[in-house]
Amino acid sequence: MSDPICRDLSDILRRHHQDPTRLIQILHDVMAVEGWISKTTITELSRALGLPRGQVEGVVGFYSFFLPEPSGQFRVLFSDNITDEHQGSRALLRTLAEALEVEPGQVRADGRVKIGLTSCTGLCDQGPALLVKGRAIGRLTPERLSVIAGLIESNTPIEQWPPDLFHVESHFWRRDLLLSTPCDPGAAMRALEARGSAATMAELGRSDLRGRGGAGFNTAAKWTACAAAPGPERYIVCNADEGEPGTFKDRELLAHYAHQVIEGMTIAARLVSAQRGFLYLRAEYQFLIAPLLAAFAERRSQGLLGPNILGISGFDFDIELHLGAGAYVCGEESALLESLEGKRGIPRNRPPYPVTHGYLNKPTVLNNVETFLAAAQIALHGAEWFCAVGTPKSRGTKILSVAGDVERPGTYEFPFGTTIRAILDEAGAKGVQAVQVSGPAGMLLSASELDRKLAFEDVPSAGSVMAFDQSRDLLGVTQNFVRFFAHESCGFCTPCRVGTTLNRQRMDRIVSGHGTRHDVEDLESVARLMRASSHCGLGHFAANPVVDLLRKFRPKVDRRLASLEVLPSFDLDAALGPARELTGRDDAGAHLSEEGP
Amino acid sequence: MSDPKNTFSLDGHEVPVTAGQTILQAAEASGSWIPTLCHHPEFEPHGSCRVCTVKLNGRTVSACTTPVRAGDVVELDTEELKGLRQNLVQFLFTEGNHFCPSCEQSGDCRLQAVGYALGVTGGHYNPLFPSRRVDASHPDVLLELNRCILCELCVRASAQVDKKDIFALSGRGIDKQLVVNAESGRLADTNLALSDKALSVCPVGAILKKRQGFLVPIGKRTYDERSIRERDLDRAKEDPQ
Amino acid sequence: MSGKKLRVATTSLAGCFGCHMSLLDIDERLIDLLELVEFDASPLTDKKHPGPCDLALIEGGLCNAENVHVLRELRKQCKILVAVGACAITGGLPAQRNNLDVRDCLRSVYLSGPGLAGGGLIPNDPELPLPLAQVHPLHDVVKVDYFLPGCPPSADAIWQFLTDLLAGRTPALGHGLIHYD
Repeated sequence: MSDPICRDLSDILRRHHQDPTRLIQILHDVMAVEGWISKTTITELSRALGLPRGQVEGVVGFYSFFLPEPSGQFRVLFSDNITDEHQGSRALLRTLAEALEVEPGQVRADGRVKIGLTSCTGLCDQGPALLVKGRAIGRLTPERLSVIAGLIESNTPIEQWPPDLFHVESHFWRRDLLLSTPCDPGAAMRALEARGSAATMAELGRSDLRGRGGAGFNTAAKWTACAAAPGPERYIVCNADEGEPGTFKDRELLAHYAHQVIEGMTIAARLVSAQRGFLYLRAEYQFLIAPLLAAFAERRSQGLLGPNILGISGFDFDIELHLGAGAYVCGEESALLESLEGKRGIPRNRPPYPVTHGYLNKPTVLNNVETFLAAAQIALHGAEWFCAVGTPKSRGTKILSVAGDVERPGTYEFPFGTTIRAILDEAGAKGVQAVQVSGPAGMLLSASELDRKLAFEDVPSAGSVMAFDQSRDLLGVTQNFVRFFAHESCGFCTPCRVGTTLNRQRMDRIVSGHGTRHDVEDLESVARLMRASSHCGLGHFAANPVVDLLRKFRPKVDRRLASLEVLPSFDLDAALGPARELTGRDDAGAHLSEEGP
Repeated sequence: MSDPKNTFSLDGHEVPVTAGQTILQAAEASGSWIPTLCHHPEFEPHGSCRVCTVKLNGRTVSACTTPVRAGDVVELDTEELKGLRQNLVQFLFTEGNHFCPSCEQSGDCRLQAVGYALGVTGGHYNPLFPSRRVDASHPDVLLELNRCILCELCVRASAQVDKKDIFALSGRGIDKQLVVNAESGRLADTNLALSDKALSVCPVGAILKKRQGFLVPIGKRTYDERSIRERDLDRAKEDPQ
Repeated sequence: MSGKKLRVATTSLAGCFGCHMSLLDIDERLIDLLELVEFDASPLTDKKHPGPCDLALIEGGLCNAENVHVLRELRKQCKILVAVGACAITGGLPAQRNNLDVRDCLRSVYLSGPGLAGGGLIPNDPELPLPLAQVHPLHDVVKVDYFLPGCPPSADAIWQFLTDLLAGRTPALGHGLIHYD
């Protein structure tokens, strides 16, 4: 295949006003037209956008969903979260590959299809799931896969596929304070205007609302610092890059509570005097684009977004939707800002922090979807209402995605202070062996720790709770998580770039029955190094699954070790394979055993 | 000489600090060496190699990017931190293909010299033996990516000093790699010139001027006679930040 | 120090014997050394298989099956195993073939390379050790207790290392003695 320039490039560039900060959105459009991004397209883009060619190539190379070579008309990516794996995704992947007669990871000879894996797509309550041409399909069964195989084989344009394939279900199992109290569009903003900005900020301060994305920073403190930062331009950014495996509550909130989230962003804009906002949505949630754009439009028509909001002269604020492109690290706030600016998602050095130097180095408030939703409710109902539940250090409620071995996977809102056991009971977990709270970057709790409480001061969670029953192999769970981090490391700093790969090798060796005590020692030392010296949170937390496994389930690991002595780090006999093949030898001397004579 | 209000503690010694100094700058000014690889005094600190990791008030940070203030407590040469730095240097040797005996840069290489200074004798980790490109297309310059440690100094120098943006990074994680600003991917098709700053900042032997590799004999090179510790501190003295 | 001499085995695997030459380069200190050690299996004694030893000094990396057998035998017999020199520690010069397919290397050498008459054969005698797909450092296959870097390590570095070890000290090479080239 030659290397053609993207057919619609000039249209695409025009649509995006040739704005280099929109590079990632532009590349999405190129992908939609061509299915890949050619070298000549990169050259042309860099010329049109006034960017160094190497920079554009670097952006294409950074994001999983941008492909520098043809990858089949239909690219099928199976979600590789551990819950998908436990629901049989690997077998289903093989089933589809066999049906389509294609080797996983290879483009079929006729260029029709390529099948592979991708990081968790956020449909864990209705997995196993996959993406085809970027569009999500859940509840996979052999029957649904045979339909998909037929559609691919018949080359049916994806727009003509049966819509029910793409239907994303909703499972709210428990609503508490935030999700059961009505908040009509505009109500919280009117409450703000009635109370006044200073009083509303004080109310937010009294509520002690802490960021729901994981770090738990005080929201009022963040907004106040941004408001105080010098300069005329400020930005509000909503982090909807929900990439932590096992987490899907933001998906549900954006699908069913979008107005409250946007209302929270608008309130933030009013309080810090920002005029522009961004909602950074992970590309896996393509199905949310149309409803979100509709919500923006509806609010504009109601005078709740756009110029002169609520008829107040000078209260101007509008929001743009911005898509991620398959990079977990962009959930880190400063990497997200880089990505918003059209760059590789590399976390920045801090200080300075986004509140003073955020988007385009301007003061920026950046919060999680759920934080904005909570802020809107607090503006409407007040701090006292919010503080009625929770613990003294963790006010209010937490919205959770519960998945794994439970009868009712889905979205739950619980007051902070609820025990993990109560959460699991409500979701119908049976025979719990362990629970992963807050995703791979969070913590693994053993069955003896279930009376611990959901709270910043005990078991914090950015949203995910994944239960594993007695039948699950916890080493396999850790292996899945370690592979995830090796795939998602941005590669900026040495400890994370190299450490995640070394850990993946060690875990692969142990799980496949070739591990030794030496591997365990290395896992421990690499984990220590990553925690102590990584550049950002991803690197700090990427070792958590290994550390927790070794601390809480060491006998399971020891039982799987092949030897206490050092064993070869590679398959010795396989390493003689090429020479055997060429010489035709198969005598005893042409083989080597793992343990030696 | 040092006003207690304007000092911080460095391994138990009070060391003067002026406003805006990083830990690295303040330490070097006081004659304490902190190993660095991705740092170059002419460029904005980067903090990617992490070899300069120290503890600031009990928290590990990179000394090159982190400001220090009066009253801070910095730990530098504890056993724990020395071990950590050794491991990081081993990580860099493990991920690339570093073969010092045949490298033109041997003796002038910061990675090698830091390894010596930290007492790193062996790899410890199993080498990854990555398959990387060698680009010999340019008449005067060799690009040897087997030795690249991804410090981005050439990227920064080409962008900020040469104003050419010849180098950039692509890929991510362990597959991150240096690329050049040409559709062909060949250095020969860029406007690189021998006088470019980007050619002189490579801390290892990844970017080399051709036909100059052995003008200075082994044994007479930058870190042969004086250690990297002495060299860095001399430089800091001549050019206080 | 006990009166008993230290039993030392040495070997060169995928190496060039340069490290052994450097050992001999300690010159007159060899006399002192021989007061303290006796050599078991070594190119210096021509003894092929090691008996129980205190120390093994191993030069060269692992490029074929025989290297692996010799290394494992030494690991079994000795208490302290030292990887000596760049090849033992990193794979070294032989490992420069690691980005090539070993099949292409064999084909090029025996079948298609310049100067070959054609009609050649890749040797398949069971007496010959088969090459590994890649060249590996020693610690990819066995536990290595110490690394003594250099190409070769200088005579002074070897002497320093051995005197430390003989005195029961953890070997420490100061500035100028650690070299990777």
